[in-house]
Parts: sequence; C-alpha cells; structure tokens
Amino acid sequence: MDDTKTANAPQQLSSRIYARSYAGLEIDPDRNISDDAVVLWRIIKLVFKNRIRISFAIIGIVAAACSQLMIPQFLGDAVDGALGLAGQSNVSPDIAREALYSAAIFLLGAAALRGLFTLLHSYCGESLGHLIAFDLRIAFYAKLQQLSFSFHDHVHTGELITRGMLDLEGVRSFMNTGLLRVLLLLILIGVGAYLLISTDLILGLLALSFLPFVIWKSSVSQLRLRELWWTLQEKMAVLGRIMDENLTGIRVVRAFGAESFELEKYGVGSDEAYDLAAERIKIRVASTTAMTFVYFLAMGLVLWVGGLRVIDGQMTVGTLTEFLAFMTILQLPVRQLGNVVNAFARTLTCASRIFGILDLQPVVADKPGAVGLGDGIDKIKFENVVFAYPGEGQPAVLNDISFDVSLGKTLGVVGPPGSGKSTIAHLLPRFYDVTSGRISINDIDIRDVEISALRQKVVVLAQDPFLFTSSLENNIAYGNPWASEENIYDAAKVSQLDGFIDGLPDQYETLVGERGVSLSGGQKQRVVIARTTMLQPELLILDDSTAAIDAGTEQRIRQALKMQASKSATIIISHRLGTLRHADEILFIENGQIVERGSHETLVEAGGKYAALFALQSKEGEEAVAQIGGVKE
Amino acid sequence: MTTLNRAAEDRDTTRPPRAVVGSQISIDEEIFGAAFDRKVVRRFAGFVKPYTRTMYLATAAVLVFTAAQLTIPLIISYAIDEAIVAGGGEQILMLCVIVFAAVIAVNYGANFLQDRFVGLTGERVIFDLRSAMYAHLQKVALSFMDRTEVGRMMSRLQGDVNSLQEFLEHSITVFGDLVLLIGIVVIMLTLNFELALLTLSVVPTLVLVRLMWLPRARKAFRRARETNSITNGALAEGIHSVRTVQGMHREAVNLELYGDKSRENLWAHLRSAKFAQAMVPVIDTLTGAAMAIVVVVGGTRVLDQALDVGVMVAFLFYVQRFFDPIRSLTVHYSIMQRAMASGQRIFEVLDVPLAITDKPAAINPESVEGAIEFRNVTFGYHKNQPILKEVSFKVNPGETVALVGPTGSGKTSITSLLNRFYEIWDGEILIDDVDVRDYAKVALGKHVAMVLQDPFLFTGSILENIRYRTRDATREDVEKAAKIVGAHEFISALPLGYDSELEQQGNNLSMGQRQLLSFARALVADAKVLILDEATANIDSYTERKIQTALQRLLEGRTGIVIAHRLATVRNADRIIVLQEGKIVETGTHDTLIDKNGLYAKLYALNYASFDDLPDEIINNSLTAPVRS
Repeated sequence: MDDTKTANAPQQLSSRIYARSYAGLEIDPDRNISDDAVVLWRIIKLVFKNRIRISFAIIGIVAAACSQLMIPQFLGDAVDGALGLAGQSNVSPDIAREALYSAAIFLLGAAALRGLFTLLHSYCGESLGHLIAFDLRIAFYAKLQQLSFSFHDHVHTGELITRGMLDLEGVRSFMNTGLLRVLLLLILIGVGAYLLISTDLILGLLALSFLPFVIWKSSVSQLRLRELWWTLQEKMAVLGRIMDENLTGIRVVRAFGAESFELEKYGVGSDEAYDLAAERIKIRVASTTAMTFVYFLAMGLVLWVGGLRVIDGQMTVGTLTEFLAFMTILQLPVRQLGNVVNAFARTLTCASRIFGILDLQPVVADKPGAVGLGDGIDKIKFENVVFAYPGEGQPAVLNDISFDVSLGKTLGVVGPPGSGKSTIAHLLPRFYDVTSGRISINDIDIRDVEISALRQKVVVLAQDPFLFTSSLENNIAYGNPWASEENIYDAAKVSQLDGFIDGLPDQYETLVGERGVSLSGGQKQRVVIARTTMLQPELLILDDSTAAIDAGTEQRIRQALKMQASKSATIIISHRLGTLRHADEILFIENGQIVERGSHETLVEAGGKYAALFALQSKEGEEAVAQIGGVKE
Repeated sequence: MTTLNRAAEDRDTTRPPRAVVGSQISIDEEIFGAAFDRKVVRRFAGFVKPYTRTMYLATAAVLVFTAAQLTIPLIISYAIDEAIVAGGGEQILMLCVIVFAAVIAVNYGANFLQDRFVGLTGERVIFDLRSAMYAHLQKVALSFMDRTEVGRMMSRLQGDVNSLQEFLEHSITVFGDLVLLIGIVVIMLTLNFELALLTLSVVPTLVLVRLMWLPRARKAFRRARETNSITNGALAEGIHSVRTVQGMHREAVNLELYGDKSRENLWAHLRSAKFAQAMVPVIDTLTGAAMAIVVVVGGTRVLDQALDVGVMVAFLFYVQRFFDPIRSLTVHYSIMQRAMASGQRIFEVLDVPLAITDKPAAINPESVEGAIEFRNVTFGYHKNQPILKEVSFKVNPGETVALVGPTGSGKTSITSLLNRFYEIWDGEILIDDVDVRDYAKVALGKHVAMVLQDPFLFTGSILENIRYRTRDATREDVEKAAKIVGAHEFISALPLGYDSELEQQGNNLSMGQRQLLSFARALVADAKVLILDEATANIDSYTERKIQTALQRLLEGRTGIVIAHRLATVRNADRIIVLQEGKIVETGTHDTLIDKNGLYAKLYALNYASFDDLPDEIINNSLTAPVRS
C-alpha cells in the first residue's frame, strides 16, 4: 500500500502544479494527464512512426544479444577443448587443437558481430531519439507561439523554457536508456535464463537467484529517489530564485548593506537543498551496492554448487566457466537496471509535462469558415463589450463599453491606472476574446475573421518595447522580414530615428537588445514604432507607447504617421493628455466604464474628471501640487 | 482585392528572411577545450582540500574495492585448478567459497564506503563552490556586476556547477577504472608473462584507431553541443517575445527559421551519434581477438600442460573486464571536456577582484549629522573617460538638493559614489567632514539610504520587504512608515494586508505602489542621508501626486540628494544642481536659475513633464550657447 502511495506522489505533485498553473485557462480539468500508460503509449506511437529505424534497432538488439550470449558457450567449449587431453584420454591432440581453433574463431566472430549489431541498434536508437526530439521541439515551439495571451499571462517563462530544454532531453534519452535497454535486458536475461536452465536446472536457478532482489530493490529505491528528486528540484528552484533576485537587485542589497542577511538567506536554502541531495546519494549508494553484493553472492553459490558438481563429475569445467562467464555478462545490465527504472520514471514525468503543453488548445482560434477582411477597414465598433480575464471569480475589467471609430479618425482613451484602457487595445487584435458583447470591423464580428487577416490590419504598439538581440535593421523589419532597405529607412524616418541611427558607427547594422548597445526608453519605443509602421496597419493602436518620448518628437512622429498612412484609423491610449487632445473623440474610462466622452474642448468645458486631470497636468496644476503638498484623493 | 499577407507580397525567395531567430547566443558561453586542464583541476583541488581525510579514506576504499574485484577471477582460477583439476576435493572448494564470500563482503563494504564518501563529498564540494561564488559576488565591484547579465551569472551558478557535479561523480569511476586497468595488466603479467604480452598485443591497434577517431569525434561532439545551445536560445527568445511575435504576426516565419536551427541541430546530433558508436565494434572485435589469442595460445599450452586451465579461465575473465573501462571512456571524455569548460567559467567568476574593502581602522559611528561634501571629485567607469570632472559641492544637514541634467551628465554616478559603490579617481567625498573611505561599509549602509529608480522588491511578504534593512523593526514601525508615505491604504486593502506575498518581485503591484513600498523601506531604515533616484517610468498623474507627498515626508529632517526627472520634484528642493557632461554648470534655487536664463531655464521653458529623452537639438543648442554662472 505504502509503495503505491510513493509511486503516485510525483504524479500527484505534477498534476497539482498543473492544476494550479492552468486552472480554468485552456485545459479540460477532467483530462487525466498523469495516466502513465497513456503517456507511454503516446511515446511508443511516436517511436513506431519511423518504422525503418525501429525495425533495424530491434533487429540489432536481438542479434547483438544473441551473439553476446554465444560467447560464454564458446568460452566453455574452449576450456573443455584445452582440457581435452588432460581430462579424457580418447581425444587426440589434433582434435583438441581443432576444437580450440574453432572456438577461437567463433569467439572472434561472435564478438565482432556483437559489436556491429550494437552499433546498429545504438545508432538507430539514438537517431530515433533525436528524430522524436526534433518533432516534439518543433511542435512545442509552434504551440507556444500559438497559445493565447491568457496562457502566457499565467505560466512563467522559465517554466516553459525548462520544459522545452530539460523535459525534451528526458524524452530524447529514453530511447537508448529506457525503451531499447529494457528490450536488451529482457532478451539477455530471458534467453540467457533459458540456456542456463536447460543446461542445468538448479545451477541455472542459482545463477539467476539475484534477479528478484535486484528488481525489487531497484524499483523501490528508484521510486523513493524520484520523489526526493522532485523535492530537491523544488528546493533548487527556490535557491535559484534567491540568487537571481539577489543579483538582479544587487544595488538594493549593497545600498542597504544587506550582504550578510542575503548570505544567511541563501545559506538556509542551500543547507536544505544539500540535505536532500545527500539523502539522495545515501539511498542510491545503499541500493546499488546491495544489488552488486547480492549479484556476487549468487556468483559464489554458482562457484560452490557448480564446483561440487564438477568434482562429482556431473559437469565439465567448461560448463562451469560458461555459467560464470554468463554471469559476467549480466553484471553490467544488473547495474543498469536501476537506471532503466529511473529512465522510465523520468521520461514519463518529462513526457507528460510536454504533452501537457502540446495538448492545450489556444482559446483564441479561427472559427471554421472564418473569413478575410476584404479591402480595408471602414468602421470599428465596440458594442456593449464586457470583459473579464479568464478564470473563476475574475472581476469584469471592462463593463458595457460601446464606441466606434471610422477610417481616418482618431479615438483617444484616458483614465486612471487599472481602469481597463489597455484591455481595449488587447481585445481588438483578439489577444483575448470578449466575455460578452461584440467587437466588429466593417460590421463583421472579429471572432468570425481569420486571425491572420485581423492581425495584419490591426496592430498594437505595446507599452514595453521588446527588442531582439540583432541589428537595428532586423529589429525594424521584424514584422516584414522581406522588406527592402528603402522601406526600413522610411520607417526609421517616420519614427524620427534616422538622425540617431546615422550617427552610430555601424548605423543600421548596430547590434541592439540584451547584448547590444543600450538604448534609452524613448529610443526603444521609437524602434518599435518604426517596426509597426513597416506593417502599414489599417487600425493602429498606441497603448501608452510614446510615454518615454518627449512631446516634440512625439508630435513629429504623429505628423509623419498621418502623412504616411491617411487610410487608417487610430486609437491612442495615454494618460498624457497632450498626446490625445487632438483626437476626434476622447473616452474617459474609470473602473471599466466610460464616464465621460467627447472632444477635448467639450470635455474641458464640461468641467468633469477630464477637465480636472487637464488642470492637473498643465503647469498651473503642477504648481498647485507643489504648494499644497499633501493632497489626498 | 489587396493581398492578405503583405509579407508574402514582398517575399523574395532568393534571400532568407531578416531578423534572425535565436541570434543572441554568444559562442563564448560554450567554449570547449581539452578534457584536462591542469589549472582548473588544481583550483578545484583547493575546494576538495577541507575534505582531504575523507578523500584519503575514499581512495583507500577504491583501492580495496578494486583489489577485491581483481581477486575474484583468481579465486575462481584457484578453485578450478586446485579443487577440481588437481583433485583437491570439497575441502579446498569449500575454502575457496569461504574466501570468495569474504572477498565479496569486503568488496561490498569498500564499494559502499567509496560511493558514499565520494558522493557526499562531491555534493558538499559542489555546494561549497556555489556558495563561494555567490558570496564572492556579494563583494565584487559593482562595475563588474554592471557589465554582467544576471542570466549569464545564473547559468554559471547553476549550469556550470551542475556539470562539475556530474564530473565529480564520474571522476571516481574513472579513477577506479584506471586502477582496475593497471591491476589487470599487472596480474596478467604475473600469472603468465608471455601470454599476457600476446594478449595485450591488441592494445596498440586500439590506441591507433582511437587517435584517428578522437579529433573528428571531438569536432562532431562540439558541433552538436553548439547547435544545442543555439536552438535552446532560440526557444527562450521565442517564449520571451511571444507577445511581439503574435502582435506582428510572425509565427510562420519564426517557425521556419526555428525549424532550420532545429534541423541543423538534428544533423549535428546524428553525426555525433555515428562517432559515439563507431568505437563500439572496434572495441568488441578487439575483445574477441584478445579472447581468441587466449584460447588458441593459452589453450595449446594447457594441452601441452605448460599452463593451468585455471589461469586460462582467469585470463578470459580479465580480458572481458579489461575493455570495460575503455568502453566507458567515450562517455567520460565528453563529461570531462564539459567540466573543464565549466570549471574555467566558474573560476573566472571567483577571480573577479574584490573592489572595495574596509580600511583596518574604519569607523562605524552610531549616528551622523548628515553633512555632505564633494571636493574636486573626478571619476569614470572606463580609463580616460571621466564621467565626473572635478565636481565640488556641499549639502548641509537637513537640506534637499536636486540633481538635474541630461542623460549621461553624471547624476547617477554622484549618488553611487556617496555609497562607495565605486572608488573615485581623484578628490574627496566627505560625510560629516570624514572621507567615505574611512567609514566601514556597514556604516555607510546604515546612514546612507537609497531609493533606486527601479523599486526592486524581493519575493516575500510586504512586511518583510519594508523592513528589509532593519529586520528588528516591529509591525507597528512598518505600519507607521507605510502610513507616512501613503502606502498604508492600498496595503490594507489587500486580502492579507501586510502579510501579502509579492509575486515575482512585486509584479502584482503597480509601478507607483512599488515605488511607495520602496519609500517605506527607506523610511524604516531611518538613515540620516537619503539618496533618491526618481523613477522615470511613467506614472499617472494621480499616483505622481501621492509620490510627491510621500517624498516630502520622507525627506523631512534628512539630508537629501534627489536625481530629479520631474519638474514638481525639482521645485520642492532647497537647491538645484544642474549637471552637464560631468560638470556642474549651474546651482541655485528654482527662481535664481530661471533668472539666470541658462540650461535650466531652457529646460523649464520647454514645459516637459520629464527631463529625459530631450531632443538632441535642445542639448546641442544649450551646449553651443554660452552658459555663464
């Protein structure tokens, strides 16, 4: 009973993590992902997709095992041959010699064959592993690119990277260390047992007597080890987080003189992890050495009982040698048995983690029969849109929002943080789907439009610019990788970057991003603006994307954008009123609802919240704050 | 009808798409050198030194273990010769079995001790090594940390340390294998010199084949590992940038590029798999040849009664074991190669010099007044590129000074120097007329508190974060501080209040809220001197108002140096220092500086809410325009 409990513990753990990460997101909660048999079956199906390689691998294994099993027999023959003259008088020296030569040739042949077939099955097995890993890798990457924002919001990037690297590696190595190794062991032990038992029943049983203990010991300890391994991995993750935070926040640590505190914090985590690691080693050592001991005990028994039989004349020295040689062959596989159990456990865990991702379906996906968008965007319409982030008990972020924007017009959206401004930007390209209500373009519900067509025309300029570690040119052309140089230069001009880039030593070839030259916040935003204008969107949404750019430059960018694409609609989301005062209509959003709407002038005249904010942001407002000091809302 | 896919329209099949996927991998992280690097091993030995006694015991255990292993065929040989062939009978056989049992018991004990000693010591050394690196990083110059990405450091602390662990666990096997190899050769030579020489005649062939194989295999292995890190890097990039990718609709192109990288990786691995397996038939055939020699030569001698059959059996057993270590050497080789590269990177970190250490007679006063003076301070991060040039100014106790100036003018450097993050080139920095270099670093940490631009918070509760510097602060102290800076309201609105856990360094709070928490943290630290680098991140007008209020309260009764990005902050300061290209160009109050009509007046007139990212021409204009103070 206890064993089954420990056996299930890791799976329970994994499904718990699973449930926590994805609850209510994209997964059917009734799916029993941790069902080992199902996972194993899926891996085997993947293996058998490549019929030629797996056939060769199996042929190789059978042939290699058989040739290896022949070696003890030939050795026994050789010993008997050598003893031919000494033991029996009726054998002539020449016949004994011949027996020796043929035994030698057979030995050499069997060894060479074993080598060749081992090469065959190991290579086939390993290449199969790599081919499967390749398929899974591509599928994993494709799936991650597809999965909706709501998935990526909740799953840590580090977690996904670990799955794509370590778990994939776990599945890959399974071919040679798990599946094929089991086959090899089964044949070696099975056929070997048959050969031995058919030669001498009792001695055969004695030679194999260590097997039950080894199987029992290795499975029990491996299951315990697997459980330990999980806890250790979690502890290591905590330790990793402590180090990562410390290094990222090193200035805070230094500024507060908190080095000793940090070392103490680390020390506690490190000691806990060490204790687990030490425990792991103790268990492993205890079980592997015990297994080897039992194996040698069996060998001693064979020597004793076999020796007695030879003395009694019931058996030849050659047969005894054969038994002992066979046991030598088994020594390595016995040691590896524990690893095989481990490989199975590891692979099942790893594979279920990968399949877990591959089986997810993006919540936002094309409907069957989705349509294109036709010629151009005339009108974008929000009709009573309500939105809450997926998941139980999530409050509505947008409540009953309705507005429309037409071609050539600009809509401004303003409001306090958390009011739902950015959510509007995320709903238009369908990064999320509305909870109720409807968003339409040219009167077609965007949920009926092909996502690719939609995102081609509706582009959001995000708040935090992501730059790739690559040249400026590549970064600007990110959305249109086949763009000509001229197009790139034009885009740089629009975003007022051309002067800056021309001043760089490597100009458009300058490396930017994590390892490249560091750009200021405003420069990064301008690169992203250039990147976006390359796409010539028909609905451009600026989500606070010019916050780090000074007002003058921003003004010029806006002019250039207007000149370049007069055939587009624009939505500007900002809390800097200067940015959106020229919009055709401005929405003031608070707590997910539109509380005021109109042009800048009408809103200022109305004297409501917008007017108050405007006063606050003008110079007079600044002065007021400075004088009053502690204004409370 | 316009085409749906603009990228497809421009698609030029003659050239690959731009914007490389996974381009950020730098090869220097994947250096592969020899499998044995004396310097690395010597440094590594230094970490094993505290456990010398255990290692001696382990070595003894390995020797006993190997000896026991070597004895087993001898016992079998003796049993065959004396008990069976020579007709010694059951007593001698019994004796052999008893000796055998004793030997395997010894073998078991030695095996257990060896694995346990080595495993535990190895693990301990690995943890020591990681702790040493981490502790060292706490003390190295900040300029090193500035240049180094956290991700790269983490991969050293985790990845490289792990591959050393793998190495340690295998190294004892390698050692045991070597001893076994030597033992087998010695025993065979002792048992029968000629037969041993004949048997070992296959070894030169093996060495020759290996010599031809090694350079090619090494190249193939290296290529496989390089492509591995490239694909993994591309995967990481894909995950980090997924929002941009979806927004820009690049999925198809990325998948294509990623497919190319993965395919390259696949080919490299298939090639290296061929090399990894190529030695198998060679070794197996040579094992067969060696056995055939024993059978033919040894067998003939047995027939001629020139050799005991037991010796021949022992030879056959030894030959089989002889090639096992060679078989596993391929695996060990790449592990050692990886370990040496990792070792180099680890010791590189440990060799980063400690920048700043306390003087022997460093002082640690209970309290300070908070008078600050910079005297002709010159400082820079790179040789011959001074950031600050002979900067001199004074701040009186209780006074608040705002530093204003374009990006790169040296504001942040001034604040970092006060905390002695870096050593200055020339001049003096004084707190209460004592040089900062005469203070203990603990004292500076105690009396100079900093609020950084990025309000970095740690995983843990809000309470723990606020009392980060002063861990004996009570809950009341923390609440009081939070109330003063205006953070109490939003904290108590959280379901768990002050005990709420911050996820991923406070990402579950807004930027403004994080800023307020970092204010509260500085307030609880209760230092006399407060350095504040105002956040540039855009904060909405509401939060900004709160922050301004909090700032006022925070600075009450303290000496303050504020790097100001916002007009409102500047105007609340007692005095403004305007910096440009590492020099002070103007100082004074807001009104006097406006009257002066210099750089500050110009900046002010432009009515930017922030002084950051000013158009280049403004800075250039003010550079060309004569500025007089």
